[in-house]
Amino acid sequence: MTVMTLSKALNAGLRAAMEADARVLLMGEDIATLGGVFRVTDGLAKDFGEGRVIDTPLSEAGIVGTAIGLALRGYRPVCEIQFDGFVYPAYDQIVTQLAKMHYRSAGRVQLPVVIRIPFGGGIGAVEHHSESPEAYFAHTPGLKVVSCADASDAYVMIQQAIASDDPVIFFEPKRRYWDKAEVDQTQDLLDAAVTPLHAARIVRVGRDVTVVAYGPMVKTCLAAALSAADCNQELEVIDLRSLSPLDFEPVLSSVRKTGRLVVVHEAPRTVGLGAEICARVSEECFYHLEAPPLRVTGFDTPYPPARLEEHYLPDVERILTSVDIVMSHR
Amino acid sequence: MADSESFVQLLTPSGHYRQHNEYAVDFTPQQYRDIYRDLVIVRRLDAEATALQRQGELGLWASLLGQEAAQVGSGRALQPQDVAFPSYREHGVAWCRGLDPIAPLRLFRGVDHGAWDPADTNFHLYTIVIGSQTLHATGYAMGVTKDGQVGSEDGAAVITYFGDGATSQGDLNEALIWASGFAAPVVFFCQNNQYAISAPSTRQSRIPLYLRAAGFGLPGIQVDGNDVLACYSVTQAALRRARLGEGPTFIEAYTYRMAAHTTSDDASRYRPSSEVELWQQRDPIARYRAYLEREQLADAEFFADTDSQAQQLALKLRAQTLALPDPPPRAIFDQVYAEPSAQLAEQQEKFAAYLDSFADNDGEAATAGSQGLGGSTS
Repeated sequence: MTVMTLSKALNAGLRAAMEADARVLLMGEDIATLGGVFRVTDGLAKDFGEGRVIDTPLSEAGIVGTAIGLALRGYRPVCEIQFDGFVYPAYDQIVTQLAKMHYRSAGRVQLPVVIRIPFGGGIGAVEHHSESPEAYFAHTPGLKVVSCADASDAYVMIQQAIASDDPVIFFEPKRRYWDKAEVDQTQDLLDAAVTPLHAARIVRVGRDVTVVAYGPMVKTCLAAALSAADCNQELEVIDLRSLSPLDFEPVLSSVRKTGRLVVVHEAPRTVGLGAEICARVSEECFYHLEAPPLRVTGFDTPYPPARLEEHYLPDVERILTSVDIVMSHR
Repeated sequence: MADSESFVQLLTPSGHYRQHNEYAVDFTPQQYRDIYRDLVIVRRLDAEATALQRQGELGLWASLLGQEAAQVGSGRALQPQDVAFPSYREHGVAWCRGLDPIAPLRLFRGVDHGAWDPADTNFHLYTIVIGSQTLHATGYAMGVTKDGQVGSEDGAAVITYFGDGATSQGDLNEALIWASGFAAPVVFFCQNNQYAISAPSTRQSRIPLYLRAAGFGLPGIQVDGNDVLACYSVTQAALRRARLGEGPTFIEAYTYRMAAHTTSDDASRYRPSSEVELWQQRDPIARYRAYLEREQLADAEFFADTDSQAQQLALKLRAQTLALPDPPPRAIFDQVYAEPSAQLAEQQEKFAAYLDSFADNDGEAATAGSQGLGGSTS
């Protein structure tokens, strides 16, 4: 076990994937010489050469469009989009081409492309640097969408995403880049003990309320669970990890146990992932529910200026307020 | 924005050969005849597809009428190892690559989305979103370079097809930037057919399109798109540059879409019949036939045989089209992913159960759902 930051764990995961498969290429803006604005690719160009770690033009549609062409040629490109708010120029290529070519070709064409996107707020950034656009992608059939929450998962999940024969949108919780955790770099990713890419994970067991989150909000929910424990409320925290496909079974099992659900994400509420989780739980666990499922989310506004973001982002207090509401139903 | 002075032309509209100081063809008589056969066949198959649409057998058809020379000339310049990335109107290029002519009709009938295997003929999938494929071609060409397959006469080259409308799209402009910056072995073949549905090419550009290439740092050349020999020669030279590692080229084939944008379009709303008549006088097949006759490269028997062969192929295409069954309902779920999604498998199973609920008392399903939904869940 090595203690490292989430950013460093991604770096180690990318390195391992590149060592394992010479067809793996990294592409993005400022990723080679500079090492990426978050240093996720630091040192990789030096070790693998600029033929495999490619500094691209400032051209997001070009990054994804040429990655599709490289994948057609047999490569496995890993694209870095510098910030969440800059993915939209590539959105057309992702939705109309990357997501659909396997289906269009009736399975004759595979596009093993990974698109890494740092997402979410909490870093005091200017506009377009703090967004949570995951629902757009999770709503697009043909894409797989995942998000890691800590360094340990980051190391494993980026390698699993690269090994996937489907296109994967890989959301990285940018405000957790510098959080440290133990990472086991000796594990065999094919080992059955390793959590699969598209499986949710119970990160804290509890009997009273099921709290579902992903990405940067997992840490916030764990903090909320610690506080709740002081008041004898035991929260069961589930890290979804995969946003498409969704691994519902652990969520449904948990709600059948607790009878209460709170879903937490930074993205705006309406038609967000939380709506889907709540709808599905209502369909499947109707007679187990002791209280209406609640969502704790960003507001239905554009991301606010940085001096307001602490009010926009779900925090421990807002989560506990909703926990209290669902607990008040007896 | 083109004339016989600005563009490369080897055959005049009346079918007279013009010497060019840079471009020529070196065909055997048989090759000249083969090219003619291609032109006639792709026009005849296109006409059959249009008729099939009018009879309700296709949902839509995007005719190539008038663009046969641009497509056959460039398509026949390709070597087997070269790879083409088309839009959705490249039926003539598809023919040259050896794609079964029924394949595009499957798309326009709606039994699939154009699901051929690009590896079989080095002809990529049709791409309907305008300009998207130019980036795929560029990335693929970057891969060709990485694989060390440029730098000799045996090297591989990539060609991508698009129209004048695509020149206004960001994707094409980014593709030109990338291809130039990475010296990718790709030929950008623009068929300027004068219209993006109703928008004239003058709305896309105030200068001839080929002149734009200079701003991206690559050679641009304009060719008479209704002259099959010029299209062949210019494309062959550009492909050669690419395979030798000399980088991308932009070709503007100046042509005319004689038919409407698609069978759903009414071109009389935006262009006068006098304009169509003017272009009929520049017809790509008539001028080439006049040339073959004048040079005695083909005789009356050959022309009759060619027409007969085209007719037979059209009848075969018609029969194949009429025989295409609708896919079973369960096919909706097939091949969304390479690796199965449990979430999708669950939807598929519920849909199967729903279909099975219509089974009659004899156990026969009322719909094709009874054909079994236990197949691929991927």
